[in-house]
Amino acid sequence: MDLFEYQGKQYFARYDIPVPTGDTATTVDQAVALADKIGYPVVIKAQVQVGGRGKAGGIKLASNAEEARFHATNILGMDIKGHIVRLVWIESASDIEEEYYVSFTLDRSKKQFLGMLSAEGGVEIETVAETNPDAIAFLDINPVDGLTAEAARAWVERANLNPIAVDQTVALVQKLYNAFNAGDADLVEVNPLILSKDGRVYALDAKVSLDDSAAARHPEWEAFRSVSVEAGDEREILAREKGLQYIGLSGSVGIIANGAGLAMSTLDTVQQVGGSAANFLDIGGGANAEVVTNALTVINTDENVKAILINIFGGITRGDEVARGIVQAVQNVNLRAPLIIRIDGTNAVEGRAILKQHESDRVINEETMLSAARRAVAIAEGK
Amino acid sequence: MAIFADENTKVIVQGLTGSQGKFYGLRNKAYGTQVVAGTNPKKAGTDVEGIPIFASVGDAVQATGANTSFIIVPASVASDAILEAAEGGVPFIVCVTEHIPMHDQARVYNILKRNFPNTRLLGPNCAGILSPGKCNIGFNPAEVSLVGNVGIVSRSGTLAYQSTYELTQKGIGQSTIVGIGGDPVPGTSFIDCLAAFEADPDTHGVIMIGEIGGTAEEEAADYIKTHMTKPVVAYIAGVTAPPGRKMGHAGAITSGNKGTAAGKMKALSEAGALVAQNPTQLGDLMEQALANVK
Repeated sequence: MDLFEYQGKQYFARYDIPVPTGDTATTVDQAVALADKIGYPVVIKAQVQVGGRGKAGGIKLASNAEEARFHATNILGMDIKGHIVRLVWIESASDIEEEYYVSFTLDRSKKQFLGMLSAEGGVEIETVAETNPDAIAFLDINPVDGLTAEAARAWVERANLNPIAVDQTVALVQKLYNAFNAGDADLVEVNPLILSKDGRVYALDAKVSLDDSAAARHPEWEAFRSVSVEAGDEREILAREKGLQYIGLSGSVGIIANGAGLAMSTLDTVQQVGGSAANFLDIGGGANAEVVTNALTVINTDENVKAILINIFGGITRGDEVARGIVQAVQNVNLRAPLIIRIDGTNAVEGRAILKQHESDRVINEETMLSAARRAVAIAEGK
Repeated sequence: MAIFADENTKVIVQGLTGSQGKFYGLRNKAYGTQVVAGTNPKKAGTDVEGIPIFASVGDAVQATGANTSFIIVPASVASDAILEAAEGGVPFIVCVTEHIPMHDQARVYNILKRNFPNTRLLGPNCAGILSPGKCNIGFNPAEVSLVGNVGIVSRSGTLAYQSTYELTQKGIGQSTIVGIGGDPVPGTSFIDCLAAFEADPDTHGVIMIGEIGGTAEEEAADYIKTHMTKPVVAYIAGVTAPPGRKMGHAGAITSGNKGTAAGKMKALSEAGALVAQNPTQLGDLMEQALANVK
């Protein structure tokens, strides 16, 4: 789960990492009242999960109530790369002396954690990595040992920060590591981490991605989740309620497959034959009637869908069982588009025989993944 | 021969007394796998359809001489189960459990590396391992396999089954089918499997199935270029995956231009692997590759 900036700052505050004072507003009046309360100047920041907010005009400084009203009016409702701004974060403006960068993530190649710290913050770290890699102090952390105080100090001293920022940064990176590790984050990134003119080091931005697999031991994440979901794709909200692994896309072929790999592969194959997928959906190993019904219900809410491709490889799930599930599901759901079904693997012959009895121009059997993808795309494209 | 698991593999099932563990444990046994024990501290001394249950992996190893553990327990206890297996002395651990938190995976991987360097962990979140005619541990549908000489290594379970099926339909059998899993910290890598297949005289060619996320496929490409003499046919899923989204597997996520399918396919192709555009092509390309070897 990716957090919004303001949620990231709330998350940081929980781990005692200094962040600017601020709060959220969803209406212009709320925004102005909040700015008045915080005291001018304030920064009004669009809360969307996409980069380039500043360039799009989604981050503005306001020196008085009139400016706050003007900017809040512009930013709320703004479309930033397809993300509509429904919420702004307002915080007291910072007097910035220097901008740094710090992050912790998993190095999948080394199978250890990686810390990155740079005196060149405020720009994309990928850019720094390309143009001036020596400006980044890297730190490999063995997850068994964690980040010791000594290692933290040596690392910060390597990064060539302003000397007055060093002690505070040493303390901050240890807290940030704790937020990463004890907090079960896949990524914590602060860009920029700032040294203010009055000599304080704190997180001016917050990018946090939490590991969904650890949700069971973090009941406090529920508050983040409800907001993330409200702001999300309606199809994905419904899918989540039904416990499905679903990702909404913009194409015209609805996809149902068993297994994440096969589902990804199905999307790719649809594109290869000239179509585009409306979604990713993995119904997992047990493709019974209830799961298939739920999957079809979610896909059925998608107005772009002109054909639905069901791609099942019968492994432990037998093809005949899946076929019975599909037949039952088709009777439960009034489908907006024809079904193209490919069942292969264990008991595929029996499965196809069952579907054959229900075959029509709305329920179509195909023998291979490729032929099924072609058929689905042809129908979706009206050919 | 086969890699990692064969007719001499003796398996303990951690989780045999649970419903999933019982189902797959017995299914693997019915295939001919030597499933010699289960563990459950509260049910020691009982049995599951004749398979004795011990309090710990250590006890089970002592009593049965088991050399492998199959872990099929909930995510909340899976990390401890892996460490128990390592401490119990089994050199090969297969963990199919999904949703183990990333920080736990990273910690367990590094504990094994430091304290149990001779213990191999396969998984977590993997389909398991099948050496046709010899041993099946995990979810692999043995019905679609055939005894033979092609090794398969895959992050995805279903794509491994699919490619097994493609080969079997062409009459091409498999030496071992290894699922390394879709999580970000896999215990066994593509390279581990490629090296084992290269060394296995009964493997004549290798199918490698990757997906978006991480750099394991690129690292495998380097290995193929420098170490593999046997033909490798590769496939990468996730060409059309939207950036920054986890595609079902926790590890299947691109960030920026890193971990993309296009980059992985390019690296593999440049390393000399034959890259299939879809799973069906895997069978065709392997058929051609084997014909060229002969």
